[in-house]
Amino acid sequence: MKAGIWSFDSNPEGRHRRGAAWRKGLFAVTVLGIVALVTLLLNILNGAFGYAALEARVDPASLAVDGVPLEEQSREQLVALLQATLSSGAFNKLNTDKPFSERSRTNVYDLVLERIVRPDIRETWNLWESLTRLSEIRAFTQSEFPEARLQFINWLNPRFVTRPQTSEALTAGVRTAILGSLWTILFAILLAFPIGVSAAIYLEEFATDNRLTRLIRTNINNLAGVPSIVYGILGLAIFVRALEPLTSGEVFGIVNPTTANGRTVLSAGLTLGLLVLPLIIINAQEAIRAVPQSLRQASYGIGATKWQTIWSHVLPGALPGILTGTILAISRAIGETAPLVVVGASTAISFDPASPFSKFTTLPIQIYQWTARPQAEFRSLAAAASLVLLGLLLSLNAAAILLRNRYSRRS
Amino acid sequence: MTQNGAPQPPLEHVIETKELGIFYGAFRAVTDVNVKIRRNKISAIIGPSGCGKTTLLRAFNRMNELLPGTRVEGKVLFDGQSLYEPSVDPVEVRYRIGMVFQRPNPFPKSIHENVAWGARIHGFQGNMEELVESCLRQAALWDEVKDKLTQSGLALSGGQQQRLCIARALAVQPEVILMDEPASALDPIATLKIEELMQDLKQRYTIVIVTHNMQQAARVSDYTAMMMLTEDDSSGTVIEFDETNVIFTRPRNKRTEDYVTGRYG
Repeated sequence: MKAGIWSFDSNPEGRHRRGAAWRKGLFAVTVLGIVALVTLLLNILNGAFGYAALEARVDPASLAVDGVPLEEQSREQLVALLQATLSSGAFNKLNTDKPFSERSRTNVYDLVLERIVRPDIRETWNLWESLTRLSEIRAFTQSEFPEARLQFINWLNPRFVTRPQTSEALTAGVRTAILGSLWTILFAILLAFPIGVSAAIYLEEFATDNRLTRLIRTNINNLAGVPSIVYGILGLAIFVRALEPLTSGEVFGIVNPTTANGRTVLSAGLTLGLLVLPLIIINAQEAIRAVPQSLRQASYGIGATKWQTIWSHVLPGALPGILTGTILAISRAIGETAPLVVVGASTAISFDPASPFSKFTTLPIQIYQWTARPQAEFRSLAAAASLVLLGLLLSLNAAAILLRNRYSRRS
Repeated sequence: MTQNGAPQPPLEHVIETKELGIFYGAFRAVTDVNVKIRRNKISAIIGPSGCGKTTLLRAFNRMNELLPGTRVEGKVLFDGQSLYEPSVDPVEVRYRIGMVFQRPNPFPKSIHENVAWGARIHGFQGNMEELVESCLRQAALWDEVKDKLTQSGLALSGGQQQRLCIARALAVQPEVILMDEPASALDPIATLKIEELMQDLKQRYTIVIVTHNMQQAARVSDYTAMMMLTEDDSSGTVIEFDETNVIFTRPRNKRTEDYVTGRYG
């Protein structure tokens, strides 16, 4: 005990104990969060791989020509097979879609599988079941579907990413949805980034602090919290309906044979752009505010104008923060589903968006549509598409982070 | 600010204030300052904390008005012309009256760019490499940085950063350099370098320095302004302005004497 006129109960042990208890508690919560994330990821992975019992309408072995099995036949042989088997109408339609002379062998082989062999999925199992109960699965398949062949399917394969959507689970892909997502993100950022950063510069650097600008600032914060479905309705009213001539490409003389009306990839992108605009403004404002006052003074001190100060010192200093905001905006926009449903995303289109005025679908829409189907195999597709969505999100963010680091290093 | 007609001999006093008062909103920070800053001399402003030294200094190149709500009354004359006329552009004022701040604040750019940027925005026509070298030499920094001009200015030590800031101010060829406690964030050796540098610089520039450190004022300055809070309304004012040795050896004002002899408070 220290001598003195005041008495203390310093109790360092007790204070350390409380600190340790907090530390343990925080650690436990962190672990809980990590466990939840890992569970989520495992759950998706679990659905994206597994055995399936396939029953072919036509036995591929019966299609062998001169002892050459179907898998090894040349493109010409496969085309001949299609011509011989399909009705001439169906064959000609395929030829009109894309002439056989221009199709690759893989493409023709897929057509043979899809149109002639036509494997049907009788039953699917997820990864966990496939790994732990293989003998049961074998026995079940043999007794229930004696004709069926058991095959381990990796739903997340290169073909899944490169093929357009079809109604058959085995041949369906997400290329259409990936391109749709990229197009919408592109338009969203093209709209929101310049407007958002400009607004942030004006609000932070030029606007006088009066009641009106305070009201505007408060409401930008509120706008960031508005439910996304409301933006969907806004987008429907403005971009799809009111600006239809513009968003359907009519004013540019483009008449879309698929009659997308205003329900185009452009409308969707602009809607998402409005959705993320407050997010970009708020983050850019924060970043601009974080540029130290001493830097501005240094610039003014040698006779720089306000704009020279902003352009040469404030904006470069704020750029990493602005790009962080943009990353958040991309992450938000890429996962949005509800507003796109309202704006009119198509659920089943098999052609790529070719222009801003095309019909479109996006990955979340595709996932939503697949999970809503009763057949179990579509849930596997949804799981695989979720992984694609995660991968797309990570790569877009990685690109933005690389860009940000480049600018941070330069300063 | 342009000088027309026949060239006039330069005024002996570069900056002159007449009954200068400075306000932050309703708060009167500085009252009734009348000082004459002599050309090619170093003038120091000393005084206790919170008496308005920095505020007064920043009124000389209109840096005050970067804070919203500041206002001045009275006059600041620069080469005989009033700085606070509506027709005067503060950008041009700061172009001719440069500033070095309390904490070194180089731009987060290369050493070369720190010096070159100011010259470039003012439309410098000559050889930029020569200008950068000349400014860094004048700031006594050239030998230390000549091999790393492309490195960030922030990678330098505190004292080097402050000399870089001085070089940056020199690059636009100001007539006056205002220094706001330029050595208060530096160690004694770096401080000494800055003080030596000021002696070199006064051959070509007029320097006004705010300092907390009375020994520094006594060492470096030719003239000293003593600031104190007035007794009636607690705003700051210059209570005595004279040659430095007069202020420190035989001041006329009792409060100045108390302060410089350490009996302040």
